[in-house]
Amino acid sequence: MKRKVIIIGSGPAGLTAAIYAARADLKPLVIAGITWGGQLMSTTEIENFPGFIEGIEGPELMNNMMEQAKRFGAEVVFENATQVINNKNSRIVKTYENEYEADSVILATGATPRRLNVEGEDKFYGRGVSTCATCDGAFYKEKTVAVIGGGDSAMEDATFLTRFAKRVYLIHRRAEFRASPIMINRALNNPKIEVLYNTEVREIEGENKVSSIKLFNNQDNSEKSLEVDGVFLAIGHIPVTDFLENQIALTDEGYIKSDDGVHTSMDGIFVAGDVEDHKYRQAITAAGAGCKAALEVQKWLEKLED
Amino acid sequence: MGMSASRVPSEQTNASDELILHLTDQNFDENTKEGFVLVDFWATWCTPCRAIAPIVEKLAEKYNGKLKVGKLDTDENPLTSNRFGIMSIPLVVLFKDGQPVDSILGARPEQFYDQMIKKNIPELE
Repeated sequence: MKRKVIIIGSGPAGLTAAIYAARADLKPLVIAGITWGGQLMSTTEIENFPGFIEGIEGPELMNNMMEQAKRFGAEVVFENATQVINNKNSRIVKTYENEYEADSVILATGATPRRLNVEGEDKFYGRGVSTCATCDGAFYKEKTVAVIGGGDSAMEDATFLTRFAKRVYLIHRRAEFRASPIMINRALNNPKIEVLYNTEVREIEGENKVSSIKLFNNQDNSEKSLEVDGVFLAIGHIPVTDFLENQIALTDEGYIKSDDGVHTSMDGIFVAGDVEDHKYRQAITAAGAGCKAALEVQKWLEKLED
Repeated sequence: MGMSASRVPSEQTNASDELILHLTDQNFDENTKEGFVLVDFWATWCTPCRAIAPIVEKLAEKYNGKLKVGKLDTDENPLTSNRFGIMSIPLVVLFKDGQPVDSILGARPEQFYDQMIKKNIPELE
């Protein structure tokens, strides 16, 4: 069975594209992934998504988008895409379990947490090193943890972890945070959080689990060791494009290349959200991109029929 | 086979959930001390854990009678998760005679778990 459009990804970009495509009667198939919902599934309160006066929990917002897409007839499979094949008159998307065919594809695979690339990180990944504070925070009751990063995610993770940990070090390599002021103030005003600016993590140390981190101060070039039980990484994300096997043009940083944030180097393959957007990376901009991609697909399919 | 694991009602009780051992700090040793047991370490607040729940149920159905499949709520059973140094979930661990022999961290497609099982228990191939 050949479909009109397949959407790969189920964050705000993918599901907004699904809502628009479904309402345009394109009967989209959403290849949602096993851990569907994107980055918002591992956040707590979303306070800057318009329409929710008191904020909304990330997973609840994504659940709502999912149900909304289904209400208009989007079909959803919880599988991970492994390959996209671009034939002349159709696109094939393979997953671990199945193979699907469509006229067009929207790539909305988003981004995955960036790793530090320091010694000890791989060894202790899952044993004290984590990229998901909401998943693993509860293992650190009355413990000491470090959050690495300087953006909104780092502020949120540090604040969230004070629910469990007795002390949270917020470690940032620059002299200033790039997070939004409201998030920064919340972290700075929390008595359990101590900030270390101009500080880089050089190594993660321990026996069977994390016991300390080696820090480097890039202002006075001093080194010191800090005792921690856990290290939470919030140093940004990298776009998920590995399944595309270099068929599609990427930027130097590895994002899908697009002049308008919607079209890609391949006719019939469109893009939306954080897999393309290296600049804004917000839930609302991703949702906007998903809407645009679905509208462009609709136009493209109409031309195909002419 | 000692089926002393308590049957905790889950949100969606269905046929395959019945095949899953509901492990606790109290019954963990008794249920894992002999042979292979696949254990899904999870917690209610962990969203990716919810994503693999149906996969674990499928595995329980598929290996019914051949491999014991269980799940343990790390929040309610901190002693067991502490003992094995678990600091991140979802974590699916294959135990042999009470000792962990292999594991997968994070939510992965069903065939990843299949491969881990078959790699360690060739007779299930």
